[in-house]
Formats: sequence, structure tokens, C-alpha cells
Amino acid sequence: MDTDPTALDAVELGRRLAAGELSSVDLTRAFLDRIAERDAGLGAYLHVDGDAALARAAEIDGARGSGVELGPLAGVPVALKDVFVTEGVPTTSGSRILEGWRPPYDATVTTRLKAAGTVLLGKTNMDEFAMGSSTENSAYRPTRNPWDPDRVPGGSSGGSSAAVAGGLAPWALGTDTGGSIRQPAALTGLVGHKPTYGGVSRYGMIAFSSSLDQAGPMARTVLDAALLHEAIGGHDPRDSTSIDAPVPVLAEAARRGAGGDLSGLRVGVVRELGGEGHTDGYEPGVLARVQEAVALLERLGAEVREVSCPAFDLALPAYYLIAPSEASSNLARFEGVRFGLRVGDDGSRSLEEVMSLTREQGFGPEVKRRIILGTYALSAGYYDAYYGQAQKVRTLIGRDFAAAWESGVDVLVSPTSPTVAWPIGARVDDPLAMYAADLCTLPASLAGVPATSVPAGLSGGLPVGLQVMAPALADDRCYRVAAAVEAALDDARGHRLLDELDRRGVAP
Amino acid sequence: MTVTQTGDRLVDFDEVLTRYEPVIGLETHVELGTASKMFCGCATTFGAEPNTQTCPVCLGLPGSLPVANAAAIEATIRIGLALGCRIASWCRFARKNYFYPDIPKGFQTSQYDEPLCTAGHLDVEVDGETYRVEIERVHLEEDTGKNLHVGGATGRIHGADHSLVDFNRAGIPLVEIVTRPVAGAGAKAPEVARAYVAELRDIIQTLGASDVRMEQGSLRCDVNTSLAPIGSLAWGTRTETKNVNSLRSVERAVRYEMRRQAAVLDAGGRVLQETRHFHEDTGTTSPGRSKEEATDYRYFPEPDLVPVAPDADWVERLRAELPELPAARRRRLQEEWRLSATEMTWLVNAGALGLVEATVAAGATPAEARKWWLGDLARRANDAGAELGDLAVTPAQVAELARLVGEGTINDKLARQVLDGVLAGEGDPAQVVQARGLAVMGESDELVAAVEAAIAGAPDVVEKVRGGKVQALGALVGQVMKATRGTADAPTVRRMLEERVLG
Repeated sequence: MDTDPTALDAVELGRRLAAGELSSVDLTRAFLDRIAERDAGLGAYLHVDGDAALARAAEIDGARGSGVELGPLAGVPVALKDVFVTEGVPTTSGSRILEGWRPPYDATVTTRLKAAGTVLLGKTNMDEFAMGSSTENSAYRPTRNPWDPDRVPGGSSGGSSAAVAGGLAPWALGTDTGGSIRQPAALTGLVGHKPTYGGVSRYGMIAFSSSLDQAGPMARTVLDAALLHEAIGGHDPRDSTSIDAPVPVLAEAARRGAGGDLSGLRVGVVRELGGEGHTDGYEPGVLARVQEAVALLERLGAEVREVSCPAFDLALPAYYLIAPSEASSNLARFEGVRFGLRVGDDGSRSLEEVMSLTREQGFGPEVKRRIILGTYALSAGYYDAYYGQAQKVRTLIGRDFAAAWESGVDVLVSPTSPTVAWPIGARVDDPLAMYAADLCTLPASLAGVPATSVPAGLSGGLPVGLQVMAPALADDRCYRVAAAVEAALDDARGHRLLDELDRRGVAP
Repeated sequence: MTVTQTGDRLVDFDEVLTRYEPVIGLETHVELGTASKMFCGCATTFGAEPNTQTCPVCLGLPGSLPVANAAAIEATIRIGLALGCRIASWCRFARKNYFYPDIPKGFQTSQYDEPLCTAGHLDVEVDGETYRVEIERVHLEEDTGKNLHVGGATGRIHGADHSLVDFNRAGIPLVEIVTRPVAGAGAKAPEVARAYVAELRDIIQTLGASDVRMEQGSLRCDVNTSLAPIGSLAWGTRTETKNVNSLRSVERAVRYEMRRQAAVLDAGGRVLQETRHFHEDTGTTSPGRSKEEATDYRYFPEPDLVPVAPDADWVERLRAELPELPAARRRRLQEEWRLSATEMTWLVNAGALGLVEATVAAGATPAEARKWWLGDLARRANDAGAELGDLAVTPAQVAELARLVGEGTINDKLARQVLDGVLAGEGDPAQVVQARGLAVMGESDELVAAVEAAIAGAPDVVEKVRGGKVQALGALVGQVMKATRGTADAPTVRRMLEERVLG
């Protein structure tokens, strides 16, 4: 092959594997080589087991060679955010408190990816327990943005975004609690989709905020994202909150969208997310790219109107009460008794002291900040004022979405992130500035509706994302619209956005 | 006034009641007998090797998620229905957050302000008086693991070298049944508490929802006790006594707390709101952790589970399918067997109701069944320190025994020997009669020979009888009975002797 396979999309890789033009072992080795060359500088992975990946690739090649019928993903490598448990493979959730832990079981998405014949390259870096928007809260190391190594790759799924954008994995899974798939996808020029809450099983995904967490795909193209989503989605009896409904046909929606005809589609542009009177904190370059994308939608036949969702202004404070509250409880199990780190158990200390020392040393500052916040918000006497009020805001946000759908809008659009990727270190001492990075992504999280981020071009040489939100269970609409935008922009440009990325920019 | 070894001063029970009115309350935990745990598929067998019935879910491993056990929800609703409760049409589980090594997730999944069942009642009878115990709530939660403190003298955490945790019990479905405060029972308060737990146990057993074995911990009871000065409108401060592991202990714990609290109040002191531990051996209570420094459990709705919304038709079907409950059954049997209330109470207190019913069903008359279970068998159980139901004899065997006596095959005295054989595992009564040769002997050659041998062997007695001392014949009767190992019929033997000696 002339082309470096690490620069290709997963659909093309799958086609070449199926056609026998490429073996999974060669493909896997190409990615492992690139990881070996680049990851010291990029910091995308926390764990890579090349031998295991090659053995798995050989197994798939063998099956293919002996005529076994394989699916479209078979033999294609994949990277998993380190929040998914993988049997026998270290899983840390970006935290010291789980250093060295090898889970005795697989997450449902892990099982489904194995069943689809994918090859696990490794586990990607993340903000500790998915708490952060830059991956700087990883307890192990920061991850750099392949577009500019001095900038963050977004977060918390920044290891996955950097790995895919940097050509260290063809695609990856991330998780999104308040924007952790969409925002890093936007900041690295990828497609990222947060499914409808309950669309993908949370079983085996280390919980941050149970009522918000969703796993989803991060990919080079909309079609790749749709295929990966189809592979992991659907009902799981092990997750009570998983929706017992057939997965919508997503890849087909992406293919249809790429055809470019959006006539009849009604698009709402959310005023509160970067619209008139709501531009504080939004970079002009971001707003310009989004406006161009909206104009493009109109040219493709969509009917565009502005929609007001007043409760979206309250999403940030509501989110930063609900998510920490649930986290304070979800993270209580990390106390050094049954797994992971244990500190100070030298026979001289009481159980309470060992638990306290373990948590003191095992958790980083952002995790502690959120545990304290959440513990406070759930305390007797404060519950109604904080957690209770936040839940009411959540209801109001859901009503704003419902009103938009009832007014005849099929999808809502906005910027994915108010800004492009910022310099490493710029926000670490200002948690509120860091939290503001999620401004546009929080409403869909709180309402449980699906949302995609699709590249809308560059601003100052850095990627900008357009967010497409749809009603619950209508993930296919996100894919259709995102694919139309992607195809039209690629056409106008003559190449894909990721082709503009200097692939040597991430050398160590 | 007495003083215990631990220094508690106690007012005499009768004297307590001259100044104070007791108020009691009971919180009962029942481990449901479902095949699998509350939120995962692990088995629930009692007594398995530690940590062999666990999985990522009940160990609280990162990433694991709960799935509610539908059978446990159904059992809880049935318990609620049997207690006349209102069944919620929509309710949620809640997380009760606190740190303890036997809580794998750092919280217990329980129910808080939205219990599955509310506002029921249970009527209990003590000495012919009926007391209504109001049920505040019945809710569903998961059990904790079990700590084993190794080293140290007490088996408690203080002084132990190290602690081990067995998570087999973690996640077993647990139903908590909470009463409203029960006032007005006066001197009967301890017995009302006991009768309540006994009745609750019988109901749950009848429902088949749990094996309710207090000694194995599948029914556990916390007893709240407070005293108010007679005539006072306000209730006193309550203590919560834990580790109350038998019906007898329930009664003793209330009695002890009444006497202890009365002494505290008499001395002008204040009863502390605290958890106390009951000690089976001494019948005393001692302070545990103080409730005044109670943890804030930070309850909030469990986001990993969907709400429970029992369909109204389903609930009505469960109500219609409830079995006959113990109170109704007692009323029916008392009528069928024509017993007085007192006789019925004896039967119930002896734990013989079901055994008698089964024995009657196997063909005995109610009188025969009661005679055996409350008489000879009760004595044997008592001697062995066992429950009647634990004896190695079935109701069918007792019915057969009664039939053999009724037919005259054996007499009562022989019947006891037959029972010996049954209890020794020698088979059914008829088989024992056969094997041991215990049937009543007719006027057979063997008996004639025994009678003649007795006469020949005691000429002096024969002389006395002939001389007018007829009562001396008794010695000869005894001789013959001994020679026939009791299988002869005593009146027959006497007649045969009279014919030969006096005839």
C-alpha cells in the first residue's frame, strides 16, 4: 500500500481488510509503530499491550483466512478510554487510586467490541474519573493536542481524541458526562457523538455521574462514528437504565446525510448558546465557523430558525451540583479495602485512618473538590436548596428541549465549545474557566438527548466543532445532519479537515 | 431496686408500672428467601464458604451496576399486603451513604422517603387481649457483608488483631418492617413486643417469603423502648436495642430497658438516645454508638435503578392470591376442633399448631393429635432442648400411632416404646410394632404360660391372696407384664390370675 494506513478512516480499513489488501497484523503493527514513535510526546495512552494486540490481530487474520464470516469491524484496531473495565488489562480511570488494578470482568461495550472482532490497541488517557475538560487532571500525565502540542486536546476523553486525531488509533470510545466526548472531538477536528442516555450500556464503565454518563464513539468521519456506535449500542440487561428499544439505524442515516439533501429538515439555532446577547466567552472565530455551517445547512435545503431555550443559562450551575453529588457517592467505594491503592495499613492505624489516607493520597485535587462539593450538596439541611433545586432546573431544561421539538424543530444546533483548544496550563488554576468549556454541551447531557460534534472548519489553525442535538432516541438525525455538513465542507475544501493536520507535529 | 454486675440500677418491674407508661417500637429485618441476591444473580445459600457467592456487582467493583430482583419486589409487596399496607404505585430506591468495610459500595441501596408499602397494621393477642400494632412502612434494601473480628477476647472490633469480611451476605434482599410507636400496653408491653415478632414471623413463613430463622439471622429485630411518666402527654427518649436474636430476648430486652430507664428517671437523670446491645447470657443491655453523633447518610434517589411502579392489577392479583394468614387459620381451626381460646393459645405457644393440623389431616382426631404433640412429644422436645418440629417424627407417623392405639393393637404404654423406636429411626410405627414385637397380647399360650409361671414362682403371694389380701395380686400382675415386656393387656392378666388363684 502506498498510503499510510494510520491516516485512513475505519470504513476504508475494514474494506481493505475484507478485500485481503491488508492484514490485521500489519495494520495493528502500523498503529503500534506510530504509538511507539509519537506517544511519548503526545501522551494519548495510559496502557498499550502490543503483544496482546498483535496476537488478537493474528487470530482475526486466521479466522478470515479460514473463511469465517466476519463483520465490517473485524480486524480494525480500536482504543478505549481508560474508564471502561477490561478483563485482565489495567484500568485506572486516570486515577492513582486504581493504579495496578486489573479488573476481573469486561464492560459490556468491551464485550461487544470483542465480539465485533476489533483489536484493542490500548487504554487512553483521561481526566481523573472523567472530571475535567482538558485531560490535565489525569493523575499520570497530560495529553497534548496533535494540532498544536502546546495546547490541550479537550477532555475528559482527551486521550481518545488525541489518539484518533494523531493517527494513533483509527477510532476510539470516549465517555460523555457533560461534554467529554463532544468537546475533545471539537478541539481535535474529530466527530464525536454522545448517544441518547440509556442508548449504550454503562455496565463496566467506571461511574462518575450515573444519571449523565454515556459512552460513545470518537472517529475521523461521521460514518465511522455511526458504525462504532451501532457496534456498542442497544439494550443490556445488566444496566437497568439501558433503553429496551432497537438501536436506530445509524450508518444508513450517515450515508443518506452525506448525499447532501436536507430539504424538509427544520433546524433550530439555540440563541442561548452563542446567539445574540449570549456571546460572552465565545470566540469570534468559533461563532463565525458555526454561522457558516448554519448557512450551509440552509443551502442544503434545511429550514433554519432561531430557538430560545432560556433554562440553558442555568445548565452550568445545575450540572455542577448534580454531577458532583452523584460522584461523591459513586467514588465512596474507593477506600482501599477490596481493590486498588491502600495507604498506611501498617498495623498501627485504625480502619478509618487507612481509608482516609488512601483517599487523601489516591485522589487528585479536582476529584476531591467535586467530592466535597457533592457531599455538601447532599447534606441534611442543604439537599433541597442544592441537589433538589438542580433537579428542578434539569426538568426545566428538558422542557425547553420538548418545547423546541413541539414547535416543529427536528434538530438544534450550536457551537460544541465556546473556544478552540487553549494552551496547556492556561485554566488549571481557574476551575470556573475550566467548567465554562462545557457550556454548550451540558444541556443535552442534563436532558439525556443525543448530540454530535462535527468539524466546522478552523479558527486560527485550530478546529471548531458544530453541535447537532436531537430528541431522545433520534440519534440517527444527528448522524444525518452531521454527515451532510461533513460532506459539503469536505467537498468545498477538496479534502478532509484532518488532512490539514501536520502529522509530524506531534513528534517527541 | 437491684444493681446488675455492669452497674445498671434496675427498678422492680411491677414498680415501674406504678409511675411510668412504656412505649415500644420494633424494626424488623427479614432476609428474603429468593434464589438470587437483590441486585445481582449470586446465590444466597446460608453457610457457604466465605466470599464464594460474590460477583463484581455485590463486591461493588468499579463499573458494576445493580439490577433489581423482581422476585424480591413481589415478596415485599406480598408482605405489605398481608400487613394491610398501602402499596406505592411508584417509588424509588435510595442510596444511604456511609463508610464501613462490610458495605462494598460505600453506600447501602435502600429506600428512604418512598417506601414500597406504608400504613398497615398487625393485631396481636396477649392473654386474650388484642393489641393493634400500626405498621409505619415496609421497604426493601440489601443486606451488608459480615465482619469477622479475629483475635481479642470479645469478637468485637475493639481489641481485635485484624478483621475479615465475608461478602456472601452482601446484597441479599432485606425487607425492613417498621412499626409506629405502640403505647398503652402497660405491663404487657414486653409480651406484646414478643407476640408481634412471633406473629410477623408466622405471617412471613406462611407467605413463604423467608425461612425467618432468628438464630441464623434471617429475621433480626431492633427493639425501641421509652418510658413516659403516667399522665404525661409527651413521650420519653427512646433507646434502640440491637442484637435481639430470639423471641424470648425480645421480651427480656423490653423488660430490662423498662427497669433500667425507670431507675435513671427516678434518680432525676435523662435517658440517652442511643443504640444498646442486648446480651443473651445476662439478659442485660449495654450502650453502643450514640445516636446524637449520628452520621448524615446523605440519602438521594439511586440513579442506577429505575423507579419501581407496581401495576395495580398485578397488586390486586397478588392480594387475591395471598394464602390463609395465621390469624384466620387459628380462628378456623379453633372452631373446627372446638377448642377454647386458652386451649388454642397453648397449642400456638407450644409451636404445635401446624403439626397438629397435619396430624389431623393424616387421619387422627384433633384430640388424639393434641394429646401426643402437647404431651409425650412436648416433654421429649423439652428434654432435648429442641423445637417440636425438629423431632424425628412426622405428623403422619403420629397419626399412625394414634390409629394403632385406637384399634387396640397397642396401648398408651406400648405406644411410648413405639415412639422410642420411631425417633431412633427404626421406621414407621407399624414397622416398630412388628420389629420390636410390641403388639398387645391376647389370651395366647405364651400369656397363659407367663401367668402360670408367675403363680408357680410366688407361692407366698398366692397364699396371701387366698388369705383375703386381694391387693397382693398386683405384684403378680407386675411379674407377668415384665415377663411379656409390657405387651400384655393388664386387665386381661388380672382376670386370668384371679381365675387361677381364687377360682
